[in-house]
Amino acid sequence: MASLKALKLRIGSVKSTQKITKAMKMVAAAKLRRAQEAAEAGRPYAQRVEQVVASLARTAQITEGSSPLLAGHGRDQVHLFVVATSDKGLAGAFNSNIARLARRRALELQEQGKTVKFLTIGRKGRAVLARQFRDGFVHAVEPGDLGKLTFADAKGYADDLIRRFTAGEFDVAHLFYATFKTVLTQEPTEQQLIPVKIPAQSAQPAADAVVEYEPSEEAILDSLLPTNIAVQIYRAMKENAASEQGSKMTAMDNATRNAGDLINRLTIEYNRTRQAAITTELVEIISGAEAL
Amino acid sequence: MLHFELVTPEKLVRSESVYMVTVPGTEGDFGVLEGHAPFMSTIRDGDVLVQRTEKGEAERIAIRGGFAEVTAKGLTILAEQAG
Repeated sequence: MASLKALKLRIGSVKSTQKITKAMKMVAAAKLRRAQEAAEAGRPYAQRVEQVVASLARTAQITEGSSPLLAGHGRDQVHLFVVATSDKGLAGAFNSNIARLARRRALELQEQGKTVKFLTIGRKGRAVLARQFRDGFVHAVEPGDLGKLTFADAKGYADDLIRRFTAGEFDVAHLFYATFKTVLTQEPTEQQLIPVKIPAQSAQPAADAVVEYEPSEEAILDSLLPTNIAVQIYRAMKENAASEQGSKMTAMDNATRNAGDLINRLTIEYNRTRQAAITTELVEIISGAEAL
Repeated sequence: MLHFELVTPEKLVRSESVYMVTVPGTEGDFGVLEGHAPFMSTIRDGDVLVQRTEKGEAERIAIRGGFAEVTAKGLTILAEQAG
């Protein structure tokens, strides 16, 4: 049995760990609220752009001349996985869930004889995937604090992607991130980025009014497609930021509770040991007195 | 009155009823009043002029990149940057 002093030190150290995890949980809760607000604030723009791209893409014919971002290269041999994770750990299974989904899809595609390349946004995803897919890495960026990421950053990533696409480095791009459902559940999600997927809308555009376009429909579509990709990436990053904080909050809450349990157990052990020492002393005194 | 919305990826900047908005379109500025025909245009970097009343002073909001859409519901400017 551990000595009294060792137990006391142990309890002290667990207590200070608990203080840290508790503080981290509260920080995550505050950041989560802000991340959620940011994610919500970005929604109107994303929805509008999506609507407009969808309605334009439906009316504009996909021909030889239309943007490859919409029509694709006409093949799907090389796939690029854009895996968005965070730079920091201590967020439960947040990073590994995203990486696991990406790995599973990559293996599926490799079995079909496709080539899979990786571009990671975030250090953690890179660390996990680099072990298995060392050859496929094209680029890795580290965004730092996800909550502080601006649209300009997302646009930078999008421009880089489009440049690689135009240069023929890949045919299809997928984006991996975690959708924020609730504080307790964040769902790893895969989304096709390039070529742009046109959401099949059941409801026909209500207004049949003739819309004037300036310059032309195609020109507007061409300028909108890169923006749309940036918007998708931006939205994924915001979802990721909220998911990361949610996941971190849950993980730290669990850690705090575990530390509490551990402290209780150690305290009981400490008290028992102390009582045992006292009893031994008493027995010694009593038996000494009896001997007289 | 014309319903005017200015949206950036980061937030909804404006959503209000105004008299007239002048938008810097790629092929020239255009003013939008209530009841404007459906119209869509890309925008160049410049200032949007927002006139709350017919006689009032116009407010300038600098915007960068994006497009403007006029529907029956009003005018929506989707800018990459505003303000």
